[in-house]
Amino acid sequence: MDEQITHEEAIRRLRTDMKTSSVATPFATALKIAFQSLRIRFWRSIITIAGIFFAIAFLVSVLNSAVVELAVNPDEGSQVSGTGIRFILTLLAAEPRQAWLVTMSLIVCVIGIANAMLMSVTERYKEIGTMKCLGALDIFVIELFLLESGFQGLVGSFTGALIGAGLVLVSALVKHGFAVMGILPWSQMVINILLATVIGLLLTLLGASFPAYRASQMPPADAMRTEV
Amino acid sequence: MASTQENTVRARAVRKRFPMGEGYLEALKGIDLEIKRGEYISIMGPSGSGKTTLFNMIGGLDKPSDGTVYIDEVDIAQLDAYELAWLRCRKIGYIFQTFNLIPVMTALENVTLPMIFAGLSNDEAISKGRGLLETVGLGERWQHKPTELSGGQQQRVAIARSFANDPSIILADEPTANLDLKTGHDIIELLRKLNKEMGVTIISNTHDPSMLNVSDRIIWIRDGRVDRIEARSDIDINVGTIGGDVLGGVGSADSHGGAAGKHAMDRLTGEATNGGQ
Repeated sequence: MDEQITHEEAIRRLRTDMKTSSVATPFATALKIAFQSLRIRFWRSIITIAGIFFAIAFLVSVLNSAVVELAVNPDEGSQVSGTGIRFILTLLAAEPRQAWLVTMSLIVCVIGIANAMLMSVTERYKEIGTMKCLGALDIFVIELFLLESGFQGLVGSFTGALIGAGLVLVSALVKHGFAVMGILPWSQMVINILLATVIGLLLTLLGASFPAYRASQMPPADAMRTEV
Repeated sequence: MASTQENTVRARAVRKRFPMGEGYLEALKGIDLEIKRGEYISIMGPSGSGKTTLFNMIGGLDKPSDGTVYIDEVDIAQLDAYELAWLRCRKIGYIFQTFNLIPVMTALENVTLPMIFAGLSNDEAISKGRGLLETVGLGERWQHKPTELSGGQQQRVAIARSFANDPSIILADEPTANLDLKTGHDIIELLRKLNKEMGVTIISNTHDPSMLNVSDRIIWIRDGRVDRIEARSDIDINVGTIGGDVLGGVGSADSHGGAAGKHAMDRLTGEATNGGQ
C-alpha cells in the first residue's frame, strides 16, 4: 500500500540522517551535573560518605591490626600469609568472626548506598525525564548517577582507609612503644589502604548500579508524571 | 505521496489505557490527527480529557496501547531507544507547564545541554545558546540559575532550550498555565513569532483562550476523543483580521472577538464547569 511504502522510505531516510549525526554522551557535562547535584545535597552526601567511611575504616583496621600483630609476634604456623588480596583472603579465612563482622559492615554499607542513590533518583525523576526529552541517552543517565556515587565512594573509602590505618598505627604505638615503627611492613599496610579504597569504590558502584539502571529505563512520560 | 509528505505528525486510532484499580482507565479512545509542517496547532479540552496523554504520545515520551503515531511518516513505535533519543534531541523541542529546567544549571547551560547531546562543541553551543537567549529576550541573564529567574523568564529559557537543535516540531504542554495573564501572552506571542520566522510546527496543549487567536487550527479533545477541529479560517471570517493587538488580552478577544472566539470561550467555560469530575 501507498502508506507502507512511504513509511519504509521515511524510516530509511531517518536512519540515513542518524548516520551523519549522532547523539553524544558528554562525559564532562555528566561530571559537572553530578558534582553540582552533590553540592546542592551537601549534608546528605556527607551522611552517605560517612557510611562508606566507617565500613572501610573498620575493614582497614581489621587488616592492618593483623599486619601489626604478625610483625610484632611472628607466628611460623600462621595460615595468614602474602600481601594484598591474598593477605585479606587468608586473614578472613583464618578468623571467621572477623570475616563475619567485616562482611556485615560492608553489606550494610552497600545497602546504605543503594538507599541513598534510590532517594537521589526518586527526587530527580522529573529532571531525568527532562534530560531524556532533550536527547539524553540511557547510558548518560547511568553515567550521571555512577559518577555521583563513585565520587562519594572514593572520598568515603579513601578517608576511611586513611583514618582506619592511622588509628591502628596509634594503637600500635601505645601498645608496643616507638620501637614498633622499625619492624612494621609499611608497604603491606599501604597496599591494604589502597585495596580497601578500591573495595569501597566498587561496593559503592554496586549499590548505585540498580538505582541508576532503573532511572535510565524510565519512559520520560512516567518520569515526569511522578510527583514527589 | 506529496500530500502525506506534508504531514509532520500523524496519529492513527491512538488509544492509551492506564491500569487503575482492578480495571483500566482509557485516557485516549482512538485519536486520529494530521498536522502539517509549519502549522500552529492548539489542543484544547477540559482537564482530564487526555490532552497531556496525547502530548506524550505525539512526543514519543510514551507508547500508545493501540494505534500508531507517525513523525515525519516514521512510526515511532518501531524506533529503538537510541533512535528515540535522537528524535527527541534533534526533531522535537519540548516546553512544559512547569518549565522543567535543570535546577543545578544556569540558563545558558540549560539551553546548551541539548546541543551538547547533539555533539556540538562547547564554543559553538555557547555562541548559539547566547543567540537563542537573546531571541527570547534574556540576553543579559544567561548566568542566572532557574531559581533566580521569574516564572516567565524560566519559560523563556525553556523555549530557547526547545529551539536548541533547530527542531521541526515544538511540543508545548500548557506553556502558559503557570504564568500570569500578561506573561502568558508574551510567551504566546514569542511562540507565534518563532513559528512564523523559523517555520517550525508548534503543537500546544492549552486552557488559555488567547491561544486560539494565534492558532492555525484548534483541536478540541473531549473524553479521549477528538471532539472537533476548527480551522483558523473559520474564525477569520468572524473575527476579521488577526493582528498583533489580538494578543493584547482575553478582554480584547472577548470584546471584538466575534462569534467564533466567543463561542470558543463559552465552550471552554462550559466544559470547565461540566467537565470537571
